[in-house]
Amino acid sequence: MSAPLIETRGLGRDYQVGGHLVRALAGLDVRIERGEFVAVMGPSGSGKSTCMHLLGCLDTPTAGSYRFDDSDVSRLRRDALADTRNRKIGFVFQSFNLLARATARHNVELPLMYAALGRAERRAKASAALAAVGLDDRAHHMPTQLSGGQMQRVGIARAIVNDPLLLLADEPTGALDSRTGAGIMALFQDLNVRGITIVVVTHEAGVARFARRVLRFRDGRLVADEPPP
Amino acid sequence: MTALDSLLAALGSLRANPLRTALTTLGIVIGVAAVIAMVAVGSGAERRMDQVIQSLGSNILIVLNGTSVSGGVRGGAGSVISLTEDDARALEEEVDAIAVAAPSIRGAGQLILGNANWYSTIYGVTPGYLRARDWVVARGRAMTAADERGAAKVALVGTTLVERLFAGGDPIGRSIRIKRVPFTVIGVLGKKGQTPFGSDQDDVVFLPLSTAKKRVLGGARVRGRHVGAITIKAASAAEIAAAERQATELLRLRHRIQPGQPDDFFVRNVAQMLEARAESERTMAFLLAAVAAVSLVVGGIGIMNIMLVSVTERTREIGLRMAVGARGLDILIQFVTESVMLSLLGGLVGVALGIGASMLAAEAAGWPLVFSPWSVGLAIGFSAFVGVFFGYYPALKASRLDPIEALRYE
Ligand SMILES: Nc1ncnc2c1ncn2[C@@H]1O[C@H](COP(=O)(O)OP(=O)(O)OP(=O)(O)O)[C@@H](O)[C@H]1O
Ligand SMILES: [Mg+2]
Repeated sequence: MSAPLIETRGLGRDYQVGGHLVRALAGLDVRIERGEFVAVMGPSGSGKSTCMHLLGCLDTPTAGSYRFDDSDVSRLRRDALADTRNRKIGFVFQSFNLLARATARHNVELPLMYAALGRAERRAKASAALAAVGLDDRAHHMPTQLSGGQMQRVGIARAIVNDPLLLLADEPTGALDSRTGAGIMALFQDLNVRGITIVVVTHEAGVARFARRVLRFRDGRLVADEPPP
Repeated sequence: MTALDSLLAALGSLRANPLRTALTTLGIVIGVAAVIAMVAVGSGAERRMDQVIQSLGSNILIVLNGTSVSGGVRGGAGSVISLTEDDARALEEEVDAIAVAAPSIRGAGQLILGNANWYSTIYGVTPGYLRARDWVVARGRAMTAADERGAAKVALVGTTLVERLFAGGDPIGRSIRIKRVPFTVIGVLGKKGQTPFGSDQDDVVFLPLSTAKKRVLGGARVRGRHVGAITIKAASAAEIAAAERQATELLRLRHRIQPGQPDDFFVRNVAQMLEARAESERTMAFLLAAVAAVSLVVGGIGIMNIMLVSVTERTREIGLRMAVGARGLDILIQFVTESVMLSLLGGLVGVALGIGASMLAAEAAGWPLVFSPWSVGLAIGFSAFVGVFFGYYPALKASRLDPIEALRYE
């Protein structure tokens, strides 16, 4: 078996707020293998999002080290981080974060634009990603013409269009009703079966059940690493 | 991101806010229009000056008969006939700064050819007149000193006459009647076109001065050796002022005018008159340049302001773009492209407006419309520069946003 996709040592992130030091995340040691489906749980303010930002190369740690896909990314500069995000990581957001003035397909093509892909290739990959989330017939719809669940599917299509190694989702079902949310989680399971490593933050035990491993955080620390309930 | 992607993205976001886009570009529109108008005014005025010089001849002074003062009432120019052919000869021979001094008289009358006729301006001139005014004979021959001495009944005709009176046929050797006197056409004058003031300089017939005075234009007023005007050509542009001064001195002497008494003639310095006019046009161009500079700066600041607003409004979008892999440079290019498009848009509208304004100005001032492509290039270049200069700071601000903070921005 190859090296783990994610390996952190003493990973930490401090914030300086008005003279106070806020330990958003401290001493995180975690390994995630390729192909895993992990849920992250914990009370509000426990450091889940902070952890996701670090794992997703959106943020740089103030302590510890982070190896991702066999390279140390904890000391990379902004541009190198951007390239890593572009080529290897997909994000799914609670509030979808779609461009309001662009069609579903244009939204999905966005990461490919920064990967400098040609028009035809972009089109083909975006269509394939939309098909994978079951939205091939909505390619020309604007976000306002889509339901919440459909918008999140567009968000997922955008996250997977670059064939990432890692898919990170911070409360992807938080803005959806439970049935729609279950549909989204089933889609994640599908993608996981196809080989994408997935880490999902959630508050709902029902959602966490889709994963095969649950990380529990409290006060910025990892307190439990266990199978789902 | 490819250049085309950046252009399309910029167009899209400008289209999303048409009114805002229009209002923001207003300063650039005015600035660029002013640049275009400035150049048009400048070169139009210059072109007209060239035309005037070309049609009058270069380095020209015109001496006209003066005014009489009787009982405190001043007559108009020419109310006293004081200039003579001998004055002209003396000016040419005695003043070094003068190359040619050509006497002439002018009148108008009916020209008859068979049963056709045409009313035209008639000049009585010496051979020197053509030289003074840089006027060539296109076909046939010029007048000679012998024609002048012998009061030959010969005529040179302008191209308008050839068309109107001779219906385009060859006039040389044919006979026309002026005041019942038959004249043989010996040559056709080169085409001069219209004066800047709209009169046709080719609608003329030139006769020898002696013949004209004796047979055609002679009358109670211009008798004996008297003439209507003396056209002086200075030896060079640098000597025009000297020629004017010395001509005045010599004529006062010859006319026995006591010191303190007014001249009985006028010297018109054409170059000086043109220079005064050019000066006022330069002032106008300078004013336009000031308007252009102020508008471009104000327009640029307007663009900067709107771009700052736009960056703030779209903070989340920027965060998202960064999250999916945009580098700082990508974001920078996106926003600079947008502000350049904004100001180029203003530039294009400004060019159209400027051309319209130049056409109106040319119409009103009566100079030819000189529309130079480089002024359009200059204006477009200026507006692109304004777009980059004033768009850079907001774009830099956007490119330096922290992805997480940008994503969280409400
Ligand atoms: N930019 C920041 N500046 C200062 N403190 C921050 C910042 N971001 C997060 N924190 C602090 O870090 C801690 C962890 O925040 P984080 O967003 O990771 O929590 P979370 O587990 O995602 O909570 P929730 O479930 O509510 O989303 C919190 O106490 C928060 O106040
Ligand atoms: Mg969170």
